[in-house]
Amino acid sequence: MVLVLALGDLHIPHRAPDLPAKFKSMLVPGKIQHIISPGNLCIKEVHDYLKSLCPDLHVTRGEYDEDLRYPESEQLKIGEFKLGICHGHQVIPWGDLDSLAMLQRQLDVDILITGHTHQFKAYKHEGGVIINPGSATGAYSSISYDINPSFVLMDIDGLRVVVYVYELIDGEVKVDKIDFKKPQTAA
Amino acid sequence: MQAPVQDAITVAEEQEKWLADAMALVQHHAFFMHRALDANNLRDALKFSAQMLSELRTSKLSPQKYYELYMRTFDELRKLEIFFKDETKRGRTNADLYELVQHAGNILPRLYLLCTVASVYIKSKEAPAKDILKDLVEMSRGVQHPVRGLFLRSYLSQISRDKLPDIGSEYEGEGGTVMDAVEFVLQNFTEMNKLWVRMQHQGPAREKERREKERRELRDLVGKNLHVLSQLEGVDLDMYKDVVLPRVLEQVVNCKDEIAQYYLMDCIIQVFPDDYHLQTLETLLGACPQLQPTVDVKTVMSQLMERLSNYAASSSEVLPDLLHVEAFAKLSSAVVKVIEAQPDMPLVGAVSLHVALLTFTLRVHVDRLDYVDQVLGACVKKLEGKGKVKDSKATKQIVALLSAPLEKYNDVVTVLRLTNYSKVMEHLDYETNKVMAVVIIQSIMKNNTSISSSEKVDALFELLKELIKDSEGAPSMDEIDEDDFMEEQNLVARLVHMLVNKDHEEMFKILTTARKHFGQGGPKRLKFTLPPLIFAALKLVRCLQGHDAGDEALVSPKKIFQFLHQTVEALSTVPAPELALRLYLQCAEAASDCSLEPVAYEFFTQAFLLYEEEIADSRAQVTAMQLIIGTLQRTYVFGVENRDTLTHKATGYSAKLLKKPDQCRAVYACSHLFWLEEDGGTQDGERVLLCLKRALRIANAAQQMSSVTRGSSGPLTLFVEILNKYLYYFEKGIPQVTSNLIQGLLELIGTELQSENTAQDRAVDAFFASTRRYIQFQKQKGDDLAERYSSIQVVSPP
Repeated sequence: MVLVLALGDLHIPHRAPDLPAKFKSMLVPGKIQHIISPGNLCIKEVHDYLKSLCPDLHVTRGEYDEDLRYPESEQLKIGEFKLGICHGHQVIPWGDLDSLAMLQRQLDVDILITGHTHQFKAYKHEGGVIINPGSATGAYSSISYDINPSFVLMDIDGLRVVVYVYELIDGEVKVDKIDFKKPQTAA
Repeated sequence: MQAPVQDAITVAEEQEKWLADAMALVQHHAFFMHRALDANNLRDALKFSAQMLSELRTSKLSPQKYYELYMRTFDELRKLEIFFKDETKRGRTNADLYELVQHAGNILPRLYLLCTVASVYIKSKEAPAKDILKDLVEMSRGVQHPVRGLFLRSYLSQISRDKLPDIGSEYEGEGGTVMDAVEFVLQNFTEMNKLWVRMQHQGPAREKERREKERRELRDLVGKNLHVLSQLEGVDLDMYKDVVLPRVLEQVVNCKDEIAQYYLMDCIIQVFPDDYHLQTLETLLGACPQLQPTVDVKTVMSQLMERLSNYAASSSEVLPDLLHVEAFAKLSSAVVKVIEAQPDMPLVGAVSLHVALLTFTLRVHVDRLDYVDQVLGACVKKLEGKGKVKDSKATKQIVALLSAPLEKYNDVVTVLRLTNYSKVMEHLDYETNKVMAVVIIQSIMKNNTSISSSEKVDALFELLKELIKDSEGAPSMDEIDEDDFMEEQNLVARLVHMLVNKDHEEMFKILTTARKHFGQGGPKRLKFTLPPLIFAALKLVRCLQGHDAGDEALVSPKKIFQFLHQTVEALSTVPAPELALRLYLQCAEAASDCSLEPVAYEFFTQAFLLYEEEIADSRAQVTAMQLIIGTLQRTYVFGVENRDTLTHKATGYSAKLLKKPDQCRAVYACSHLFWLEEDGGTQDGERVLLCLKRALRIANAAQQMSSVTRGSSGPLTLFVEILNKYLYYFEKGIPQVTSNLIQGLLELIGTELQSENTAQDRAVDAFFASTRRYIQFQKQKGDDLAERYSSIQVVSPP
């Protein structure tokens, strides 16, 4: 069993002062094995903070990230799953699922994590999942209205992944759960 | 260099030896005394006890060793006392005994013996307690050696404690009144203090330090008297106010001794009850400025204020009393007087006095902001003309002074109402001032404090000015640590999110006020401080969106867009062109959402101008084009003409990117500019296809270029990407994108992949494989789309 935290589009300090206190108190070091972020953290302090939660941090580059070393996209394997990360501003039309599915085929991954729209989305299709963890700070976006802060925690166990979505609605944290089983590929 | 160490060892050894000798002699004489006691031989008992007590006449022992000797004889004297008591039972009168012991040859043994008999005498009530006590306290004057005198009087105090004619005591009445008791203790106290003070002036000057240490060891002997006074039932408030306190203070002030004054003031504060202090505040405080200039008055006064504030916290009934005696006014004026009386007091002392007073005020009168401000004001007066304080200790106290209200109120807005706060802060040096400013911001962030008016923003930014702009005295930018600077500026950026008001007009005022302050920060700060301001303004636009307030309104989307325009423009001159381009695009989309076509067009124009003139890095150009195309794709406000101009620009620049793959991707991304899903959006299949074909041509060119330069054609990923775009539009039902086109591209890629000339790339194989799987999947869906897919044949891999 592996816990993977996915969060992005924090936009600190441009659009938000900090992560919501309720999230901060939930995110404690030592519980998470990997953090993956589609980007827009935007400053080093946030990077350092995430690193303090879990040293295995994978970030791709958002258009506001000051760190130019983040890659445009990244693939990694966790357990049986191939994961792909990309911020998503490169995929036009923004947030369009068919276009993101194309990126998923290109990266050849089971789970694609993207951001940019600040809207939580989890979409299952022909043997894959596309997840947008939303904005962890509920940052302003020209794309979405009424944004709630959200992040995603993935519990990867063998061929099964349970995706927990944490959303802060009117000061209360609501949790939702999505189950996904990777189809056995014919040998 | 070795001599003092050797000296120290010999001194300690010598002391041990002298003490051992004296102890042995005491033991020796005590042995004979016991024999006499057992034999009921009064004459011998007196003789040997006097010899034993003679050992206390030594001047060799240090106070500590003398104390040990004293305790040893003290035990023996208890036995003697019992004997005296038995003696009276055997018929001898107390008066007789009192006479007899006076035959002892030396004064010190004589007085110890007198005190011992007196203990029995008073208990017998054969003579009034007051007379005997008076007699003893007078006679004790005969011993003027400080250590010997102090211990003798301490003995007197010890045996008399339970025999004072206090109210309710069995010795009251014929034995005297409480007045006599008080008189006795006061007199003993006064004499003891004199002896104690005199110690200071005996012996060589070079031993001053050791002497002071020894004196401190003896202080409790003197203080004990104050404790006895505080325990007397008869010392009520009136007695305390009229007799005890004035007499004690008189002695304290007149002795002019630093150690005694500090200790005794502290002692008074500790031993007497809170309400006594409250009712005699003026008298007690009146003594403070009269103390020696070297006395640590600030600690004394802090102790008093702490006691009073604890007292106030103990019960709600106390506060009216505090108000009634005007405790705050008295304390503040005492602080001023003490500072005036001690012109040599270092600045740190003066400031700490204010810190103590402020602590008191915040604890007792937390709701009296005027008092708090008054304390700060008094401190400002003290700091006047001193400029930036350089003494680090004083600086620390100023920080304490400024931190106290922040910590107490947990609300910067309350602190902003203190008019003297910023004036105190002025006196901090550059670095400390910044640290304080950071503390203020952190307090705001931690407590989630909203700064909800432009006036408050003005006041707050005045406090934070060292962070917000370069002031005089600030080091030049090259001397500032880059990381520290970034951290500070990011903190200021975070702060912007706390400047909020639900009222749109006020919010706009807040933004313009903040903008005005930030404008003075210079280019290095602008790129940190302006973006959050721009997003705050965009949020405000969104609140106003759809509420058409008309041109007369104080705040409208149009006005905010003007503000945004100027602000982003300022950022572009920093220069921070990439950031400015992003923000122009954000503004353009917001303007589109507000249906302000000319405004949106203007923002796009600015973005393109920046692209043309300022963004030279090829990687930055790629991202910029992605953002321009992405935004333009979502901007629905434009009419045909404006739209054409902008899409034309976008496709033109896309095709001019440096690297072929980047060109290709940007061009196929542009296809989305001609196919909008929205109702009434452009849907131009011809031009979609033109873009895709153009992308295909660029992909071909890229392949050929690769053949020429590397001898093998590059990976086919661009073709697979375009294939996927074809599929995308095929599914949208664009008539121009036919299954034949797709079939052709599929076969082309299939052939190329098998060509020996093509570079192997597993990623492309995987991409192509997953695309074919996707087609298969679509074919098997069994819906209308599957029907259309049926004409596409997926070539099986070799």
